[in-house]
Amino acid sequence: MKQLLKLSAASLLVVGALSVQASTLGDVQAKGYVSCGVSKGLAGFSSADSSGTWTGVDVDVCRAVAAATLGDAQKVKFVPLTAKERFTALQSGEIDMLSRNTTWTITRDASLGLNFAGVNYYDGQGFMVKSSLGVSSAMELSGAAVCIQAGTTTELNLADWGKANGIEYNSVVSDTNAQTLTNYDAGRCDVLTTDASGLYSMRAAASDPSEHVVLPEIISKEPLGPVVRQGDDQWFNIVRWSLNAMITAEELGVTSATVDEVTNNPERERLMGRSGSTHEYVGLTPDWTYQIVKQVGNYSESFERNIGINTPIGIARGVNALWTDGGILYSPPFR
Amino acid sequence: MKKIILDSLGKSQHRGLNFRDMLYNNEARAFFFQIVTFVLVVGLFYTAIGNLFQNIEERGINTGFTFLKNRAGFDILPFLGNYVVDYTPESSNFSVFYVGLINTLVVAFVGIILSTLIGLFIGIARLSNNYLVAKLAGGYIELFRNVPILLQILFWYNLFINLFPHPKQSFAFFDIMFLNQRGLYLPKPIPEDGFLLVALSLLVGIIASYFVKQHYKKKHELTGIHTSTWPFSVALILGLPIIIFLVLGSPLQFDIAVLGKFNLRGGMNVVPEFLALTFALSVYTATYIAEAIRSGIEAVDKGQKEAAAAIGLTPTQSLKLIILPQALRVAIPPTINQYLNLTKNSSLATAIGYPELMSAFGGTVLNQVGQAVEILAMAMLVYLVISLFISLLLNYVNNKMAIQGR
Repeated sequence: MKQLLKLSAASLLVVGALSVQASTLGDVQAKGYVSCGVSKGLAGFSSADSSGTWTGVDVDVCRAVAAATLGDAQKVKFVPLTAKERFTALQSGEIDMLSRNTTWTITRDASLGLNFAGVNYYDGQGFMVKSSLGVSSAMELSGAAVCIQAGTTTELNLADWGKANGIEYNSVVSDTNAQTLTNYDAGRCDVLTTDASGLYSMRAAASDPSEHVVLPEIISKEPLGPVVRQGDDQWFNIVRWSLNAMITAEELGVTSATVDEVTNNPERERLMGRSGSTHEYVGLTPDWTYQIVKQVGNYSESFERNIGINTPIGIARGVNALWTDGGILYSPPFR
Repeated sequence: MKKIILDSLGKSQHRGLNFRDMLYNNEARAFFFQIVTFVLVVGLFYTAIGNLFQNIEERGINTGFTFLKNRAGFDILPFLGNYVVDYTPESSNFSVFYVGLINTLVVAFVGIILSTLIGLFIGIARLSNNYLVAKLAGGYIELFRNVPILLQILFWYNLFINLFPHPKQSFAFFDIMFLNQRGLYLPKPIPEDGFLLVALSLLVGIIASYFVKQHYKKKHELTGIHTSTWPFSVALILGLPIIIFLVLGSPLQFDIAVLGKFNLRGGMNVVPEFLALTFALSVYTATYIAEAIRSGIEAVDKGQKEAAAAIGLTPTQSLKLIILPQALRVAIPPTINQYLNLTKNSSLATAIGYPELMSAFGGTVLNQVGQAVEILAMAMLVYLVISLFISLLLNYVNNKMAIQGR
């Protein structure tokens, strides 16, 4: 009888865990933190330091959502995921949002029960080789062994590109970034391929960055952005507009340092929640965007702090500059 | 207590079916609770599965098996599965399933053979009268059995790719075989016209040597004259195909790997992922098999060995004819379990990227199409079928080996 009770209890747990959560916002506010899926460690995007503090541009999106919904950017529980685990973790409700350098594609957006809430980094797939190989173009790579991470769009792009350009290669697939890098370092493969930002990040982490060359070819479009589950439009809007708030703040010149200044720019006052009622539409307090900029900063601050030209990763804004500065970063208006 | 039950049973026999009596009847109560348990368990599973599918549908996740027909679009580390299926990125997701399945089976097959050989050797060595040999075998078992298998796989793999040289400085054996950090490169046999005859003659040789052996065995039983049959076997199994091979003018070419710009190209590349995985699994599983063999040998009564010695059998003969046949009877069931474990442990290959079922199909395809329930159910079914097949096969062997009742 005791066993029967145990069994029933266990089964009830299964049934309970499977039921749909009605409102992600309600859940997040009830438990007091945002559960955010990130990478297992990609410097500049999401990585933890020795004291367990997470930093990176992807991490900042999680923090912005926590600042908007809970008023505290620190109330995030980071869940490190491999590329292979990430969508299942989101689909099953283990995490509230995914911010893990994830490429927006139609397959993922339309068939996985997920929604991409925007783009926080415009990327493209590139190649890195050791300088000692003397290769200067990806077109010279025929016959090479290529290290690649499992379960990524990178795998698909590489196959398409190899076919289109008649380049034969052996793919050496690993589960994690770390093993991919180990394989490349040990010489299991000649070439490492992933998003160009990832290559710069890995090159910066190498013992001697000058030993590695990132080849000039970019073979794909990789718009990276935060992802949420389908079927909760309120949560989708919160994540999308938290990111847009960071971009708009940069456009309006609001930084974490100047956020408290009151100006007579109506758009800026609207963004800061000092006028207008955008907060009601997403079900948050009036200061939700203020908290984002105050605690996390605008897009430019986040970029320069984590991957900008003055960091070891050293990526220039390029296409990720605002549309007003010649880039393609563009937020719909806050009104 | 017993009396009361007997009484109530007695009464119910007189009065026919009575609810009150049923309530106090132990058997009826036990039956009732079993029915309730069964209904509850089935009901809970039914609700859970129904709930699962409802949620999947509500979240807009694709369901069904149509993804199997879609183009896979990614490359797989070239190994046996790729060659057998002729895999390219243009192949379907279902071909990935086959590639993974073949790669799993080849690891299981090679691993089972290798672990049995190592296990048999170590198990016997552990009982050796030689102090050093026995202690070395014991040390081997303690060392490899007590380190987690995943760690061992990662250790051997990383050791392999870091220890062996770059393709440009490969270790060459007679300039036909090469070993470097990208694996072992063997000459790839390319059969030409007439090679089928050579293969057929090998088969004929094996069958013929079996009959020769049967013939002399019968003679031995009838007359007691022992004839050594191995010269016949060698002549038939090796000699016959070689003669036909030479007569037909060597209808077999070899493709030998040559150094390209980055890699050795051509030949047959046995990838380091396979070597590391098979080695780690064999070495680990062998420790358990060795212990099973030892328990089998120790289960044979000491008198058997003494009796064998008394009738003049050499130690080798006594081991082969008296001890092992009886020892295997005890050792086979636990060994079967280890074969099953080895097969299931092969799914740990996903850590080093060997493209077996869980890595290629349960990992990459799952991530590209996102249908976890269907894909994992398929993978589970495959492991179930493989495991059941292995146990069926070995149960058959076990029955053959069991003591025949008279």
